[in-house]
Amino acid sequence: MRQYFGRKLLIYALTFFVAVTVNWMIPRFMPGDPVASMVARARISDPEAVAAMQQYYSNLFGFDQPILAQYFNFWGALFAGNFGISIWAYPLPVADVIMDAVPYSLGLLIPSILLSWFVGNWAGALAARRKILDNTVLPVGYVLTAMPYMWIAILLCWGFGVVFQVLPVAGGYSFAMQPNLSWEFVGSLFQHWLLPFVSLFLVALGGWAIGMRNMIIYELEADYSNYLAALGAPHRLIRRYAFRNAVLPQITGLALQLGVLVAGALVTEIVFSYPGLGSLILKAIQNQDFFLLQGTFLFIVLGVLIANFVIDVVYVIVDPRTRAGMTGATT
Amino acid sequence: MTTTDPITAITAPDPGTPPVTVRREALYFAVRNGKLLLGAGIVAIFLLIGIIGPFLVDRPPMEYVGQPMMPPDGEYWLGTTTFGQDVLAQFVHGVRNAFVVGLLAGGLAALIGMVIGFVAGYRGGLVDEILNMLTNVVLVIPTLAVLLIINAYLGIRSVGMQALFIGLTSWPWVARAIRAQTFSLRSRDFVDLARLSGVRTGKIILREIAPNMSSYLFMTFILLFGSSILIASSLDFIGLGPTDGVSLGVMLNHANQWSALHLGMWWWFVPPGAAITAIVGALYVANVGLDEVFNPKLREL
Amino acid sequence: MTLSVQDLRVYYRTLRGDVKALDGVSFDVADGEILGLAGESGCGKTTLGKALIRMDGRMKLVGGQVELDGENLPIGDTVKMNPFRFTEVSIIPQYSMSAMNPTRKIGRMVRELLDSRGVTVDTDELHRRLDLVELSRDVLTKYPLELSGGMKQRMVMVISTLLNPSLLIADEITSALDVSTQKAVVTTLKGFRELGFVKSMIFITHDISLTNQLADTIMVMYAGKLAEKAPADTIVNRARHPYTQLLISSLPEVGVRYAEKKLTGIPGNPPSLLNPPVGCRFQDRCPLAFDKCREEPPAVEVEKDHFVACWKA
Repeated sequence: MRQYFGRKLLIYALTFFVAVTVNWMIPRFMPGDPVASMVARARISDPEAVAAMQQYYSNLFGFDQPILAQYFNFWGALFAGNFGISIWAYPLPVADVIMDAVPYSLGLLIPSILLSWFVGNWAGALAARRKILDNTVLPVGYVLTAMPYMWIAILLCWGFGVVFQVLPVAGGYSFAMQPNLSWEFVGSLFQHWLLPFVSLFLVALGGWAIGMRNMIIYELEADYSNYLAALGAPHRLIRRYAFRNAVLPQITGLALQLGVLVAGALVTEIVFSYPGLGSLILKAIQNQDFFLLQGTFLFIVLGVLIANFVIDVVYVIVDPRTRAGMTGATT
Repeated sequence: MTTTDPITAITAPDPGTPPVTVRREALYFAVRNGKLLLGAGIVAIFLLIGIIGPFLVDRPPMEYVGQPMMPPDGEYWLGTTTFGQDVLAQFVHGVRNAFVVGLLAGGLAALIGMVIGFVAGYRGGLVDEILNMLTNVVLVIPTLAVLLIINAYLGIRSVGMQALFIGLTSWPWVARAIRAQTFSLRSRDFVDLARLSGVRTGKIILREIAPNMSSYLFMTFILLFGSSILIASSLDFIGLGPTDGVSLGVMLNHANQWSALHLGMWWWFVPPGAAITAIVGALYVANVGLDEVFNPKLREL
Repeated sequence: MTLSVQDLRVYYRTLRGDVKALDGVSFDVADGEILGLAGESGCGKTTLGKALIRMDGRMKLVGGQVELDGENLPIGDTVKMNPFRFTEVSIIPQYSMSAMNPTRKIGRMVRELLDSRGVTVDTDELHRRLDLVELSRDVLTKYPLELSGGMKQRMVMVISTLLNPSLLIADEITSALDVSTQKAVVTTLKGFRELGFVKSMIFITHDISLTNQLADTIMVMYAGKLAEKAPADTIVNRARHPYTQLLISSLPEVGVRYAEKKLTGIPGNPPSLLNPPVGCRFQDRCPLAFDKCREEPPAVEVEKDHFVACWKA
């Protein structure tokens, strides 16, 4: 088990290292003078801000220094929690801007990922049981997984927000309110949260349902299922075993899908102008705010790595084989 | 196996069914598989739209050609945008670009995944260890986030460039799956025979191992094709689409940006999303059908 | 008479039509008898084994009767068959290595299996049988993954015979084992019979030499039909069916230098069972074939307990 976690952590450390390096390299490898073009592209009219920007970029990139020193400085700044100054939200530091947005993104992602995983697996297991259900779950599942996240968000937004006008279509809470701890505000938060949540939930649901259905059918054909059936064990027992064995790869699948789910959340937030990381990215791109963009990138990578590790821990708890001292999972 | 096996000793060993028969057999089941026919049919329709559509609708997709905000009518079948662009013209060009992205990105990812998977699985040892580590790292990094950074710094973005980067980031699961399969194939007799007779590694992979996995490789490509279209559309929607053309994702981006939802201009945002869903969904369904065709165990149930 | 099979016909449904995997097979297995079932892959021996306990979704019963201990076995009805499984008919599958649920400790799996059949576990008896096959009692607290191949094989043998079935089907259980382990398995199976864990047994294998060590009677099948059935040494020394003769003569013999005696195979392949030829199914490969072989040869008892389906026998 120690080896299992050791290997995982090595991969995550390496991944983080690669991500930071990519982040550092890209501005340097793109043609042209990054500082000039960044400041020029940044749509800031305040001359004081422009000067500060120029100064800041030059210092941070440190082009007068040898390339290796630039690289180490970059890491140093990173560990000091310094992601730079946001242009879009000048003069706020990028880290602060991101920290304001993170709770909204997590509030969307965690419930929709977990709920879609549970409901999807349940629906898939049910589909594997009855032909009639199979004939509905399967096509619906395929349509849902094939839908671009932003399109289902747009349809929901249009249907519930514009045509029926039952739910708000933009923001994290009512524009007329200031964040505070009242029922009214929480209610507003919930109303604004509902549609983006549902749209993320729906798309993810299809994939889990199809995955579970296929896995469980595979498990029901497995040797141990056949052996139990030959010894006259009731379907109930066989299905219980099959379900348990089919859930394990679905947990690994959750880790593999994280990137896609996060990407889905980003575009969904954009549709609903939900104040999470997705909207930040849009703002960053529209305002050529590269520090904000790069900071968000690192945060997303870090978040995905942490989530991966959590899933690894869960897997060890759920799969008895890894606990018994063997490497059951081969990720 | 250490057993003496008189049965295999007495029946003149059959050197495998000749490939022609296998192919004919696959075709036999292919034309009888509803899922495959449905999926392939839908993909074919959109492919046709993408190929000949731009010639039939000769209005330039980005020009302001008509009255703004016109709902669909006889002249503009899918209406016009807030600026009076022809939605149908954008749509047919967008469908074409979806196929271009899918083909290039899916093809590239399949190619990289195959090469890495084959080499890692066949060579084993340290080479495998390093390639496996690389695969795992790329697998864990959120693809879209990387693409965001890269594309944001690219001043001019083309469909080909987008496909290139999508291809470069979406190969890991393919490499992993192919590595596992190669691993099991490399100890088979016919591979041993080739190795003992001094055939070079590259040739063994190309001649002995790859053909045995050809159906699997093809299905992998189809899945990559679909997922590439989805990734590209997300990038486009965030505003990092091609700067030199239109795509289905760019249409959604514009519709969202210029308040098509609030203005109720459904003809602007429904068709592009529906097209992506239909193409990708049809690819997935066709893939399930193909699986049943190539996998005898599935088709007889 | 433990088992009596009359004119059993089991077909496989495929998109191209029915594959006649078992096409009219009749035989008996007596109390305490071990029947070795031999033949090439695809001759129907595994189909026969499966048909007697649990048919898979593609198999269908077309005709025939099976009686066990004087009682009719409803093999075509998977629900009605269920009470007989495990208690009356049991199987040691050819996939012993993967027959146990990988995510359950073995002891718990056995308990849940027995509970589901309404039987309580007799722990002492279970331990006694583990001792018998030289398995430590710890295996019950382990996952299948923690056992070696041979241990898994023995564990499955214990599980399958736990309820003392009348008939045990052992389906190709030795084909993945090395020679010494094969011997051990054969000895264990014999011991199971001596101790009364099983009344009679059908031992399916493609390895005639191994069958000979265990079986009282050997039945050779070809292309879905019985070719020859006789006491073991009759089959080995005085086979009458040309197919059996070729099968025996192709066996490697101890002490023979193969440089001097070439190992000969039987040329050709078994016929397609989608549209089997009329008459004897071995006629195309048979060195003795003559006109009469276009008619189907019945299985005739040429001497006591020696059945042959051949016009030349």
